Amino acid sequence: MNWNDWLPLLLIACSLVPGLIIFGLAEQRVRLRTTLNLSGSVINLLLVAWMLWGVYHGQHFETRLPLLPGLDLVLRAGPLSLLFVTLSAVLWLLTTIYAIGYLEGSPHRSRFFGFFSLCVSATIGVAMSGNLITFLLFYELLTLATYPLIVHRGTEVARHAGKIYLRYTLIGGGLLMFATVWLYTLTGSLEFTPQGFLHALGDEHRPALVMIFILFIAGFGVKAALIPLHGWLPLAMIAPAPVSALLHAVAVVKAGAFGIVRVVYDVFGINFATDLGVTAPLAWLAAFTILYASMRALYQDDLKRRLAFSTISQVSYITLGIAIAGPIAAIGGVVHLVHQGLMKITLFFCAGNLAETLGIHKISEMDGVGQRMPWTMAAFTIGVFGMIGAPPTAGFITKWYLGMGALEAGQSWVIWVLAGSSLLNAAYFLPILHRVWFRKPPKHWPEEHDFGRQETSWMLLLPPIITAFLALGAGLVAAAAFSPLAWAKLIAEREFY
Amino acid sequence: MGDFLLTMPWAVVLILLPLVGAIVCFLWPKNVNQLGLVTLAGVFLSVVGLGAWLLENGVYHHAVGGWNAPLGIHLYADGLSLVMLGITALVGLFVSVYATAYFDRVQSEQFWPLWLFLLTALNALFLSADMFNLYVTLELLGLSAVALVALAGGKAALNGAMRYLLASLLGSLLFLFGVALLYHTYGSLDLAILSEQIEASPTVWMALGLISAGLLLKTALFPLHFWLPPAHASAFSPISALLSALVVKASFYLLLRLWLELFWPISGSVAGLLGILGVMAILWGSLQALRQTRVKMLVAYSTVAQIGYLFLAFPLAMGAGVTAWNAVMYLAISHALAKAAMFMAAGNLLRFGGHDRIADLDQLAQRLPLTVAAFALAGVSLIGLPPSGGFIGKWLLLEAALMQGRWDLAVVIVLGGVLAAMYLFKVLGYAFTEASTPSKVTAVPVRMEWAALLLASGAILLGFLAPLILPLLAIGTPFDAFSSAQEVMS
Repeated sequence: MNWNDWLPLLLIACSLVPGLIIFGLAEQRVRLRTTLNLSGSVINLLLVAWMLWGVYHGQHFETRLPLLPGLDLVLRAGPLSLLFVTLSAVLWLLTTIYAIGYLEGSPHRSRFFGFFSLCVSATIGVAMSGNLITFLLFYELLTLATYPLIVHRGTEVARHAGKIYLRYTLIGGGLLMFATVWLYTLTGSLEFTPQGFLHALGDEHRPALVMIFILFIAGFGVKAALIPLHGWLPLAMIAPAPVSALLHAVAVVKAGAFGIVRVVYDVFGINFATDLGVTAPLAWLAAFTILYASMRALYQDDLKRRLAFSTISQVSYITLGIAIAGPIAAIGGVVHLVHQGLMKITLFFCAGNLAETLGIHKISEMDGVGQRMPWTMAAFTIGVFGMIGAPPTAGFITKWYLGMGALEAGQSWVIWVLAGSSLLNAAYFLPILHRVWFRKPPKHWPEEHDFGRQETSWMLLLPPIITAFLALGAGLVAAAAFSPLAWAKLIAEREFY
Repeated sequence: MGDFLLTMPWAVVLILLPLVGAIVCFLWPKNVNQLGLVTLAGVFLSVVGLGAWLLENGVYHHAVGGWNAPLGIHLYADGLSLVMLGITALVGLFVSVYATAYFDRVQSEQFWPLWLFLLTALNALFLSADMFNLYVTLELLGLSAVALVALAGGKAALNGAMRYLLASLLGSLLFLFGVALLYHTYGSLDLAILSEQIEASPTVWMALGLISAGLLLKTALFPLHFWLPPAHASAFSPISALLSALVVKASFYLLLRLWLELFWPISGSVAGLLGILGVMAILWGSLQALRQTRVKMLVAYSTVAQIGYLFLAFPLAMGAGVTAWNAVMYLAISHALAKAAMFMAAGNLLRFGGHDRIADLDQLAQRLPLTVAAFALAGVSLIGLPPSGGFIGKWLLLEAALMQGRWDLAVVIVLGGVLAAMYLFKVLGYAFTEASTPSKVTAVPVRMEWAALLLASGAILLGFLAPLILPLLAIGTPFDAFSSAQEVMS
């Protein structure tokens, strides 16, 4: 037993232990709670940095505990895991700061932060899972830990949203369990392996494998909000803004998308999946989701709902990149895990700022808000350009690789999807920017809070500015050695060559 | 010390200790709570002692007073008995702690003797190796359980107790008829001796039918579950916990044991029937639970559904063998922990708000967080979500089903989980909202909240303990019918 064997578990403990302690804290122990939260996430970040350095230099980090005869609980830090872990760790720290500012003075904060930390633990667990049963374990834990956050406000609407959320996700979870056990009875292994572990199976199993693939996609598709499994996401926007920001824009939907990546790459293997003929329908489904959700977004006046439909559309870029089944498109898909997270969390932070500072929830109320809150809206603008895919933002890098990858794989129809998506994104985002910057502000905002000389509390302002900066930076320095793009290339290399 | 551990006749202690405890509690009711807790602690340690013995020596048997079968009373313990004894002692201990805070003076004087008699019956049942003793323990179990239900008084409880009494007596009677038939045919009641001789004949089929029907009635398998919800829902909460967690499991254990050791050579062809009833129980129990408006009734119907899972193992064991039995035992012990915790949590919220109407739970998530957490954790295990004992059980069961292409059963296993999630989260959802009419609240003793929470955490912890528990279960290979029978002989 050496230190490296326990590091992955320790990483999960960084958020789990503070979370459990926080549950027991009295409501008014604000300082202790904040200290626990922040120290947990800072230690987490340091450990992640250490592991990134280690993996880059060829070290192995793996925790393995027996769970059932022949099946272990495996947490492993590979390049793909670390990509997701790093994203979660960075955004957890920022969202924690944001949430402390956002929830100041509101009730039930111990419960909120407790479950919040639990969600982060589950997300990190999902990222680091080394086999399917471990993945399933953390995936379901994520469902359970998000439920109390959706119903957090305790209204009838929130309870209903929670019910719908569970109905979708638990049925999805049931399908996953079915598929996983089925696969296990066929292969006797569930270990994630680069290029998959199924190609050795005989031809007579192919129909079963196609069915298993469909079950997996249906199960993960719920969280990844593939149409028609997306119904829970717009409803879940009832949760407090930090939850929408971190969980619904990043952790939960990403866990679904990440599951699809894992299944295609490390269970089936991209070549075997293509050979089975299952990747092409997946690409069509992703393309349809991208376009249809964008169309739905056009008609939403509620800002968070519009962002929710935009999330549905954008997350499918990841699935599309995987399903095109070429190395360059794969880079685009995998890197979008990070890019979409950075851009979308910026937008949700900004939406939360508008609601918390000025009481603005609807797009029709946003006239001239750029004059009142210039920094927030500047961050928002960067996020919007990223979503549209304008250079030099991170969104552009994604679209570039997706487009190039599609051409290289001989699937030029994807170009039209990407172009259509960009147009639609422009159609539902640019009018907002026009309102914000070029219209006259109203005399009174719906519900204004005073923050003195600043436009809003610094705890609300700092996180979106940092994430907007990162979203811009990920595009500008994409060629650097430690950029998300560089990692994505490393991952694609491992899968394809 | 080590010698002491290995030389004590633990099985005898396990039966005598609660029996003596019951009598002492009955005769000197002054310090019942302390006496009862000491007894439970003693029982718990004895199970540990027996476990140490089994790990060292394999199967345990003990001829009481040195008289061997067919004349004497024969005690027998293998991994299966050990796990049942262990879960009984564990759940019993926590329920006892809970009960010390739950009952007032007079109630506890009535509760303790009955509960310790019940415990005696349970332990004796898990240790008996002949049909007549099994009958006696079954009868003692049924009677003390009925008396416990009736303790609550009031119309609903007495009604429930009456139905329960009739069902229980009928069940024992059917069992006794079956035993009489076997005795008439083979002239012995010792399981080991019978298992050597049993073969397919009309009499044996008849005995199998009678014994199974009696035990199914006591286990409340659909459609013989009609007595369970009123009895379990109207009893005092700690008693509901004991009944749902342990008492129905005891008759299930007996059925399992008899099918495994006595009837296995002939019963394979009717195993399918038990499977069908299990499926019906899962679906019907879950749908009924969904319709309930009160927490305790909902939890009671959930027991009806969960019992269904235990019976899926019978058809699956034909092809999957040990995997199916492991699955079902894991489900049984997880259910014991989770369901006891859930009834205790229901008792807490009844005490707190004076009612258990689901729609009026009134922000309990904030006002009674430990209890709601206990309910939620127990729920996770019942639904079969990871990480929990219920998940491990369902995983193994699903594996057993898919291994032999039983798609129908596999679908039901998953569907049952989704339905369970729907009815359990109905309760949890309302724990976050405000009630239209707030009710007066009474404080809940800390001990009651923690007892429920710790037991529920135990159900979660079981999700990580499979590498420890599955080898325990395998002691004496209880699931390998023939070899086990031969071992008893030698």
